[in-house]
Amino acid sequence: MSDALLKVRDLKIGATVYPPGEKPHDIEIVHGVSFDLEKGKVLGLIGESGAGKSTIGLASMAYGRGGVKITGGEVWVNGRDILKTGLSDIRSLRGGEVTYVSQSAAASFNPAKKIMDQVTEASIRHGKFSKKEAEARAVELFGKLGLPDPENIGSRYPHQVSGGQLQRCMTALALCPEPDLVVFDEPTTALDVTTQIDVLMAIKEAIRDTGVAALYITHDLAVVAQVSDDILVLKMGDMVEYGNVDQIINAPQEEYTKALVSVRSIDHEEKVPTPEPVLKVEHITARYKGTNFDVLHDVNVELHPGQTLAVVGESGSGKSTLARVITGLLPPRSGNIHFAGRDLSAALDGRSREDLRELQMIYQMADVAMNPRQTVGTIIGRPLEFYFGLRGEEKRKRIKELLDEIEMGDGFIDRYPAELSGGQKQRVCIARALAAKPKMIICDEVTSALDPLVADGILKLLLDLQKIEDVAYLFITHDLATVRAIADSIAVMYQGKVVRYGGKTDVLSPPFDDYTDLLLSSVPEMKLGWLEEVIANRKMESAGN
Amino acid sequence: MKTIPLAALIGLFFTGLYFLVAIFAPWIAPYGMAEIVGGVWEPSSAEHWLGTDNIGRDLLSRMIYGGRTTIWIATMATILSFVTGSILGFAAAVIGGWVDQVMSRFVDLIMSIPSLIFALVVLSVMPVTVPVLIIVMGFLDSTRVYRLARAVAVDINVMDYVEAAKLRGEGRRWIIFREILPNALSPLVAEMGLRFIFMVLFVSTLSFLGLGVQPPEADWGGIVKENKDGIVYGIGAALYPAVAIATLAISVNLVADWVLNRTTSLKGGRG
Repeated sequence: MSDALLKVRDLKIGATVYPPGEKPHDIEIVHGVSFDLEKGKVLGLIGESGAGKSTIGLASMAYGRGGVKITGGEVWVNGRDILKTGLSDIRSLRGGEVTYVSQSAAASFNPAKKIMDQVTEASIRHGKFSKKEAEARAVELFGKLGLPDPENIGSRYPHQVSGGQLQRCMTALALCPEPDLVVFDEPTTALDVTTQIDVLMAIKEAIRDTGVAALYITHDLAVVAQVSDDILVLKMGDMVEYGNVDQIINAPQEEYTKALVSVRSIDHEEKVPTPEPVLKVEHITARYKGTNFDVLHDVNVELHPGQTLAVVGESGSGKSTLARVITGLLPPRSGNIHFAGRDLSAALDGRSREDLRELQMIYQMADVAMNPRQTVGTIIGRPLEFYFGLRGEEKRKRIKELLDEIEMGDGFIDRYPAELSGGQKQRVCIARALAAKPKMIICDEVTSALDPLVADGILKLLLDLQKIEDVAYLFITHDLATVRAIADSIAVMYQGKVVRYGGKTDVLSPPFDDYTDLLLSSVPEMKLGWLEEVIANRKMESAGN
Repeated sequence: MKTIPLAALIGLFFTGLYFLVAIFAPWIAPYGMAEIVGGVWEPSSAEHWLGTDNIGRDLLSRMIYGGRTTIWIATMATILSFVTGSILGFAAAVIGGWVDQVMSRFVDLIMSIPSLIFALVVLSVMPVTVPVLIIVMGFLDSTRVYRLARAVAVDINVMDYVEAAKLRGEGRRWIIFREILPNALSPLVAEMGLRFIFMVLFVSTLSFLGLGVQPPEADWGGIVKENKDGIVYGIGAALYPAVAIATLAISVNLVADWVLNRTTSLKGGRG
């Protein structure tokens, strides 16, 4: 272990917090983490948000992001402690010996400069290569990473390539100066599943071919299982479990790791359709104002009372547009919506208060779905007051009931959204929707911004509430694991069309159409060697290519 | 939040002092506002702390009464401009479409004319009284508030919680006053401190030019005008109002900064 490329010993990292109403003070966010990384190996850092994984990743470049300070421990890179070395040494370390791939390539590339200039910049700056050599190496890397037209892609601007391609360009950028270590910080989290596996494969092959060592940071254990040799599980800045990938996936020791491995194992029996659907969408075609193409083409779906219809697709497939049409925010060009036995007016203005009450919506980003200046009590209480005219003690009693239903106590009634965790925020949004006693709730990617364990809790809550309140869900998601967990029927959308529609068992059983096959096979499984297997058996190229 | 920073304390002290003096002017001022009590431009003495002005009135009393007039006009004009500007700005952002276009272009039109010139033209054909001054200043300044309020509201209007309110069937009044206003308050409060001081300067300028507060009423701009000739003879009477305006400007902005900091770090604050 003494010849390890990266050796971290008892790393402690602190940050200054500014709690409202109190004096700013320092807290410790990483409590003594130690690990080794040898040449050519990949270590996966895994944990939920706040676990300190990105902070540790950046600390291996002796960097602390805004207000974060490394307070103790040692970080050895190539035989020297980089926390004690001078600034000029750090300068040659960053971007030379250690490079970084961030989550959002779109936000990390300078939009005003060509890709090639940005990919080769660090190599030229560090004097590793001449401009010509660096460009030749970049082209070679583009090819290795499976980018189309590797000779010329560098002359494009970042907005001229797709998100998955840009993420691969960023990997090329990191690999170009022949670093010893690359820190990958959630490189595939922002991508669609079908694009994710291409990028994942490209990263894996590039790591293997260049013999570079890598820290791979992610919250998705199934992803990290595909690329890593070792895994370090973190929770709230503490090491939970550290071992090789086989042991962590197949024989986890700690409770927390076991929970992460078994996440998304909710079982939900498909329900039989009732004769009278609560929502019937017929021949909906829609486009946005000022554009000249249809985002939805002739969409037909039905939703039965007390059941869940999952609308699945990648970004740009039109699933959120369908929600906007149903809520009346975007009147369709043609087609009808029947809801609860009556025709719904296409535009929001034409709908009665009863229509609005019975059709509620829950959003993806709970923190912008609630007014930050209103307390939980006001947020949940407003629909009660607005639809049912509840006031005073009566209203407060009902708010408490609702808080109980979402498994939060009435102690939250006077709190502001900023004082809640991500999962709690989403629960309050659920309570707000339930307060209206709706027949149907549209759930727009309600779990995709949450950590897996928290998301699991929300899904279970939604299923329980469905049993109690007999409410129907139109569940929009890109995540097939979620669909398996809660859907009764499924509509698969691709480029504005419903390509597959029916009961859950039918949709998820072969024979598949090509797109559904691609989508289903792209969902990472908690299994070693899954990635290679999928790539070998694919029938269709993903849309991101 | 429990401890008030020193800068804010200084600001609060001076702002409070100015406002208290303005409110209780008749009880504090040692002499009457227009009372002639001595010779022309007497130097400071035990009887006249700041000396006397160009026709022998006590300058301290003039300053106190002048502060009362100036602060009263500036405060009322600021309130007027904020109420009209922000409500119209929010409404334009929420309603959108041609209503927004017409209102915004009209505001552009008003803003394209320098406000001092505009005010001079209007005041030269209107009777110059305090209410007219307040209305003219408030109206002209509301265009700037309108722009800020509209820009802030346009950002807030696309947030999911506003969409959620629309889907609930809430009316425009709820959306403007309950969803948008509380979240737009921070930038507006910061702007308010600045605009108040601009109002003080504006009314002083008008008075200096003779189209503001009319003699024998005192106001800071008027005092400068009356005593400006003294500067040639080395008499500093015209400089006292300038010092008063400067200290008021600084202290009001210290308070505004603190309020801004407080509201943004407040529970549920944005940013």
